[in-house]
This record gives sequence, C-alpha cells and structure tokens, in this order.
Amino acid sequence: MACFLVPAGEAIVTTVVQKVVENREKKAGERTKNTGVNWSRRLSWLNKLLWGGTILLALEHVWHGEVVPWPPFLTAMENPADVAPMLHEMATIGGAMAITVTIVWLIIVLIAELKAKAMPEVKAKPASGGG
Amino acid sequence: MWLIMTALAAVITTAIWYVKAPEDKYKLGLLSLIFWGATLMWFVDHVMAYLTEGGEFFETNLDATLLGLSVIVFALLVWEIVLLVSDPKGVLKRVLKR
Repeated sequence: MACFLVPAGEAIVTTVVQKVVENREKKAGERTKNTGVNWSRRLSWLNKLLWGGTILLALEHVWHGEVVPWPPFLTAMENPADVAPMLHEMATIGGAMAITVTIVWLIIVLIAELKAKAMPEVKAKPASGGG
Repeated sequence: MWLIMTALAAVITTAIWYVKAPEDKYKLGLLSLIFWGATLMWFVDHVMAYLTEGGEFFETNLDATLLGLSVIVFALLVWEIVLLVSDPKGVLKRVLKR
C-alpha cells in the first residue's frame, strides 16, 4: 500500500546526515586513515540503496494502482477503513525493508573496513565504488 | 517475476562494475546500488507476504513480467539522467559549445 514510504523517510534523513558529515569532513579535511573511505562516502552507499529501492518500489505501486498522481496520492487514504491496514503495513513491511537495507549496508561497511585493515597501506586515491 | 528480473539486473550490473573497477566513470556503482536496493526491499516484501498470506512466492504472469521490464527501463532511465547531468565525458559541454 505505502510500505516504500518508510525507506523513503529513512533516505531523507540519511541524505541530510550525509550532507552534514560531508561539510564537516571538508572543513576538517578529514579522511579515515585506515580505509581511505570517509563516512560521507559510506553514507552515500546507503542513500543510493534506499533511494534506488524507493524509486523503483514507487513505480511498482503506481503500476498496481496504489499510488495515483492526484490527492491524496495513496488510494488507501480514500477509504478510512483502509488507513489502519496501510499504517500496519508501513510499520511491518516498510520497517522490515528499511532495517534489512540498513543491515546489508552495515555488512558492506564492515567488509570494507576488514579489507582495508588487511591491506598494508591505502593509496592516497581511494578505490572507486558505488559512485 | 519483477523480483527475479531486478535481482538479475543487479547481478549483471555489479559484475560489469567489478570488471571496470576501480574506475567508475559511468557510475555503474550507482546503477547496481539502485537495483540492489529495490531487490532487497522486494525480497523482504515477498517473504513477509508469503509468511502472512501464503500462496505463490513469485508471480509468473505477463503483467508481472511487464512490470519487471518497466522497472529495469525506469532504473536505466534514472541512471542515464544522472549520467547526462554529471556528464563525465564532457560530451554535452562540447555539444553546447558548438
């Protein structure tokens, strides 16, 4: 119904966090010593996962007629009886989606950390990945 | 069906990204993360729907296949827009300067 709105909400928050972290890193000239990958870059991976998923899931909801281009945009909102199931779905499925994506991202970050620690020295120019 | 098709797109783009890595001039990392994000979310959606409602795990019909194709086309469109806006080869700059 509207489960993708939960990861979308998380994506908005993490995008703002990424911008704040990016500005702080620019000011401090900070770069993580052991990996060569700073936190703003790590957060950009999470943002791309969340925004990518949200955009494609939004298309799927449009396809299934659950999202429409006119107010209230969510067809479940047109009928008061559908609002409670919609909120329940957002809490369960949407919450599970956001948590799963975040856990996968944490695993990616952890693997990157472990790989970097295994390397003797990180070059000045970090390896590209995830844009 | 769209879950399988998106997962396949994610696997293929990740493989292409890895072949080209560490260079990521054409933002294939972005494309693969877009596909992986959607794959993860739909996987959770499918698992939870299967556990609570039962029925078939994958929908294998024409509508689901067309949705899968539309999703891939849409993701490629988003990626191409980002690519054209960032213009890593400077093609648009050169065209506009003419």
